[in-house]
Amino acid sequence: MSKGNGIYPEDLKYTKEHEWVAVNGNVGTVGITHYAQSELGDIVYVELPATGSPVVAGEEFGTVESVKAVSEIFAPVSGEVLEVNAGLAKNPETINKDPYGDGWLIKLKLADPKELPSLMSAADYRKYIEEEAN
Amino acid sequence: MPVAAGPLKTTPLTRLFRDMGARMVPFAGWELPVQFSSVLEEHAAVRSAAGLFDVSHMGEVEVRGGAALDLVQRVTCNDASRLGSGQAQYTALTTERGTFVDDIIVYRKGERDFLLVVNAANTEKDFAWIASQARGEVDVIDASSRYAQLALQGPRAQAVLQPLVKAPLASLRSFHFVETAVAGAVCLVSRTGYTGEDGFEVYAPAAAAPDLFHALMREGKPHGLLPCGLGARDTLRLEARLALYGNDIDETTTVLEAGLDFVLKLDKGPFIGSEALAREKERGPLRRLMGFEMIDAGIPRHGFPIRLENSEAGVVTSGTFGPTVKKSIGLAYVPSRAARAGTRISVGIRGREAQAVIVPTPFYRRRS
Repeated sequence: MSKGNGIYPEDLKYTKEHEWVAVNGNVGTVGITHYAQSELGDIVYVELPATGSPVVAGEEFGTVESVKAVSEIFAPVSGEVLEVNAGLAKNPETINKDPYGDGWLIKLKLADPKELPSLMSAADYRKYIEEEAN
Repeated sequence: MPVAAGPLKTTPLTRLFRDMGARMVPFAGWELPVQFSSVLEEHAAVRSAAGLFDVSHMGEVEVRGGAALDLVQRVTCNDASRLGSGQAQYTALTTERGTFVDDIIVYRKGERDFLLVVNAANTEKDFAWIASQARGEVDVIDASSRYAQLALQGPRAQAVLQPLVKAPLASLRSFHFVETAVAGAVCLVSRTGYTGEDGFEVYAPAAAAPDLFHALMREGKPHGLLPCGLGARDTLRLEARLALYGNDIDETTTVLEAGLDFVLKLDKGPFIGSEALAREKERGPLRRLMGFEMIDAGIPRHGFPIRLENSEAGVVTSGTFGPTVKKSIGLAYVPSRAARAGTRISVGIRGREAQAVIVPTPFYRRRS
């Protein structure tokens, strides 16, 4: 698990839709980035799949809602949901406070490690954000 | 909400807000702050201390002259003849069908001198409509660009504002106003608002707005005052069940359907829409705008479908997570037969039927 400080942790892989995945063996932990939570604002509701559900890379697997906006979350990689962050039901603001740590969303059993190289590195993602801001 | 073509309009405070790092968004053709720090923090500040909103985008129409009262009476459904100088009322500009051209506040500044405050997106439409109804000795002036408007809302609002004005605010009652100097500029200060809290709306000369904003922020700091954006304005007004034009009310919804019976004064004599509204009152409206809260998880949003007894019954007109009530809440028009607290409805949330129940409103009422 990555540390919660830092806006672009080095050990994560990123998507253009602002999700991250941390890979440990054949388990991937997925969340939304610091940028995503900051753009959304105060998160008040999270909808996540049940344990055991399949998710497919690039497809929607849940939603995160702030007071004002709804944002779909897309899977960075394919796999089967091993665990859902149950604490978020009661304390969805954890995603704002610690998007790379306690604010993780789901853990997946990776279906295909070959999907990983297509994701962005921290440096690539930082560049992508800076370009998007301009 | 209709969006004006061309570049966004700015208020006298837009540049300051950009510099403060507020998140700016387009709203009704204006560039306005949606949040300064966090919608939840700003919402909480208004409920427990005070918040300061720039609402300079609102329109101001002056109606003056010997026939001013006649004109206001003809275009609105409330009874402006009941207003003394220094009093204000919430009312609606109505169509012949009894629907909303707009919902507005009428200020009576003198026997023949009224100020009508209208929604930003409707300013041009309302001005043209009111001017087209003018008969006899009356001037109708779109004065919107001359006014800035700041809304200071919350239980500490009076304590924040009092050091900046001579007039004793404790004796200024709800929906009353005074014209007085505030931090050096002559302003109209009214005890009104759109949050469900005590508070004031200050109409200032546009050029005085930055100094006024800074003075209020300085006075407010020890009281916990926060600058607030449109995000908190929306959650605050919805908890208090205050209608939003373009969402909850428009030219297809009538005053009675919207549940605004208290602004309808059929006994004042004929006005535009009075015949239609009298007939509707007689038979009863076919549908009513009701508040509901979610039983199942999920947040209702504007436009989500509503079902009643397994058939389509309308759409959510406004919905949010209510930060003070800590529930997901919304408003929707439902058939009158079902329009009572306790009726179960369902809300279609991204293809899922989520259970909800109609509840009494407002969702939030301040302890006075």
